[in-house]
Amino acid sequence: MTRRLPSRRTIFVGFLVLALFLLPWIVGKYPVYLTIQILILAVFSIGFNLLFGYTGLLSFGQAGFFALGAYGCAKILLVVPNLLLGLAGGVVVAGVGALLLGILSVRHTRIYFSMLTLAFGMMIFSIAWKWRDFTGGDDGLVGIPRAPLEIPGLVSLSVATMERYYYVVLVLSLLAIAAMHRLVRSPLGLTLQAIRDSETRAEFAGVPVRKYRLVAFTIAGLYAGLAGALLPPLENTVTPSIAHWSTSAEPVMATLLGGVHAFAGPIVGAFLFFIIKDIIVRFTEYWLIWFGVIVVALVMGFPGGVMSIFVKRPK
Amino acid sequence: MDTIAFQGLIGLSMAMYLWLISAGLTIIFGVLRIVNFAHGSLFMVGAYLAYTFYGQMGLPFGVAVVLSLLGTGLLGLVMERWFLSRIYAIDEAYQLLLTFGFILILDDAVKMIWGGVFKIPPIPAFLDGFWPVFGRSFPVYNAFVIAVGLVVAALLWALFEKTWWGRIVRATASDREMASAIGVNVPRVFSAVFVFGSMLAALGGAIGTPVRVVAPGIGATMIIQAFIITVIGGLGNLKGAFVSSLIVGVLSAYGTLFFPVFELFFIFVIMAVVLLIRPQGLFAR
Amino acid sequence: MTGLLTIEAAVKRFGDFVAVNGVSLTIPAGRLTAIIGPNGAGKTTLINLATGALFPDSGAIRFKGEAITRMAVHRRIRKGLSRSFQIMNIFARLSVLQNLLVPVLARRGRAGIAFHAMERETEAVTEARRILREVGLHDQENLPAGALSHGDQRLLELGIAIAPAPELCFLDEPSSGLTPVERATVLDLVRKLSAGRRTTFVIVEHDMDVVFSLADWIVVMNRGQVLAEGPPAEIRENRAVREVYLGEELPA
Repeated sequence: MTRRLPSRRTIFVGFLVLALFLLPWIVGKYPVYLTIQILILAVFSIGFNLLFGYTGLLSFGQAGFFALGAYGCAKILLVVPNLLLGLAGGVVVAGVGALLLGILSVRHTRIYFSMLTLAFGMMIFSIAWKWRDFTGGDDGLVGIPRAPLEIPGLVSLSVATMERYYYVVLVLSLLAIAAMHRLVRSPLGLTLQAIRDSETRAEFAGVPVRKYRLVAFTIAGLYAGLAGALLPPLENTVTPSIAHWSTSAEPVMATLLGGVHAFAGPIVGAFLFFIIKDIIVRFTEYWLIWFGVIVVALVMGFPGGVMSIFVKRPK
Repeated sequence: MDTIAFQGLIGLSMAMYLWLISAGLTIIFGVLRIVNFAHGSLFMVGAYLAYTFYGQMGLPFGVAVVLSLLGTGLLGLVMERWFLSRIYAIDEAYQLLLTFGFILILDDAVKMIWGGVFKIPPIPAFLDGFWPVFGRSFPVYNAFVIAVGLVVAALLWALFEKTWWGRIVRATASDREMASAIGVNVPRVFSAVFVFGSMLAALGGAIGTPVRVVAPGIGATMIIQAFIITVIGGLGNLKGAFVSSLIVGVLSAYGTLFFPVFELFFIFVIMAVVLLIRPQGLFAR
Repeated sequence: MTGLLTIEAAVKRFGDFVAVNGVSLTIPAGRLTAIIGPNGAGKTTLINLATGALFPDSGAIRFKGEAITRMAVHRRIRKGLSRSFQIMNIFARLSVLQNLLVPVLARRGRAGIAFHAMERETEAVTEARRILREVGLHDQENLPAGALSHGDQRLLELGIAIAPAPELCFLDEPSSGLTPVERATVLDLVRKLSAGRRTTFVIVEHDMDVVFSLADWIVVMNRGQVLAEGPPAEIRENRAVREVYLGEELPA
């Protein structure tokens, strides 16, 4: 059913995107920095939710791929200061990592899968922590340049200022979100949701379930890698903490906050996450405990109506 | 040769910590069919409580351990009774999320109450000292840990195979509807089993205190190791958990000896290998 | 008659319990077969073996001459097998139409297309709508499947089972839990589909009225083995069968 006029939602999104483009002209440096972090978490989280909300697989180890993206990008930039190369490289490393670990993980039941993702995520953390020669150990890597956007021989654009880097992050984030939007409304998106609702039925409908779980896992890994790769040029350093399970918790919390079963949920959640964290941190340094409370409250407190549409556990 | 045998003993004592925490996780999963992500945090709480009672308040070691078991058991009861039991019927992902929320709370709570700096509690005098074994000095305390682990294994076997309560638990584990139909109070069994499993984790933490550091974050490390054990041994399989703990503990000890840099990484490699060649676990039925 | 599906000496054990104990069976194309037997006779296990939910401990299964004994489920579906489930197993959060789109897309090899919207798959949508019409749910196509009535969910379940255009379709107790009216609807549908399509149905059932009114051929199972098989008239007179059902009235 085609409409003549754009829907209210499209207009709203249009305004939002416009506002995001105008942001550096309206506000100061810190809010721009904060928005970059929100965008990074948003990309991280929509990848996570493809896996969770759409395919039914709960991963507690996405930070592993986030870190692969970050370290991959950092190592490249330290050698070849070309932003596009660094970002692409980070994404590729994360994707390959997700593919390999996915092959080991997706053949298992959902509980096992979640346990394995936690274990694998921390495995990457322990490698980042210990492999001093390559990753800098617990000191991490420093001096990562905010390299220029460059296609050799054609164009070279400096993105040294916060405002310029913001536009890089914004454009890439919007492209990533748009691509995901298209994906979830495609036949693949439908197949993944079928797998979420009933793996058995999907299998008996002719869907090779394991293969598509791997596809979803790899895409989630690619998105985590992109998000991670955007970090080093921003902060000029990477440390192993970005591979820790507490980082894996961030897309989980953002998605829960914003809504698991809405496409925009993780994006809204990323925004809420930073706002809430910002508020909590003003009062106490122990913000994880409050997020724990929020998670518990969200899981326990869904009104009966929402709970009843979740799939009941088979006995 | 002596070094190898000695390191094997060290590995054996490491295996016992792993065994205590995985036993609790396995029993809880076997009966309630849930995986408590916060199980490692219960280990950690057990450790901190034991440290407080023994290391700070100076209570006798045995008393401190018992108190920490009771305290952690109480925490486990709250978790199960007030929270987990209310969401048994929903998608298991939400149970995982709930217990994940507990990790966040407990990890920070521990930091708030005891501070973030790690503690090293003293070894009780009667267990201090060394025995000459294989030409080296083997800490008496490690022997104590091995003894505790083996005793627990024997007690658990006796409990589940020989006692009336054990039979009820096994019946509930295999078919809760049937158990309920013959008059078993299933919710109460669930709570009891959860508390029991929590206390096992706490035991691991409590007796672990004199030789391991007590710090925030040990909960997460332990739960991951417990997961790896259950992957290797097969989820819900107590015998498998025991044997896998032995395998992982001893192999880790050898790993530390020959490849010190990759100690942490080593058990992940074992897990990955098992996943590739026998994904359902080495001892799955 | 050519054997569409042949099961050769299949055995399946669960621990000490032998669910299927050396069953050999041939299902020819075009003959609506019913498998009956008391609880625990092994009927559902047999379907599980045929469709790939379980693998036999020994024995072989052939479909259209090809050995499928240990073939993965989704590949058997692609070869032309299908089944419905006794316990409702639909995609609860998807709409009724989407429930049928999933198997249709899978059959067309388009389940993995990621670059354009669902709406562009017009052929698949048309086919899914056609199946909806066949099962009589076309006026509820946009309802979430979980919101359908029990009977309608069973119709949807059937729809998903026939959507891959199977040559052989197992229906596991299609009338269980339905009201008499719903049951009549389901049976009419099976009759219509059996006559109109190129699908051979194999029905596992407890309800004798259903069995005797639908089946061209009846297979009686007991304790993991085939006790007797034959046209309904023969089975009705078979003494061993009557014993198994302990004097239960078999419909005249």
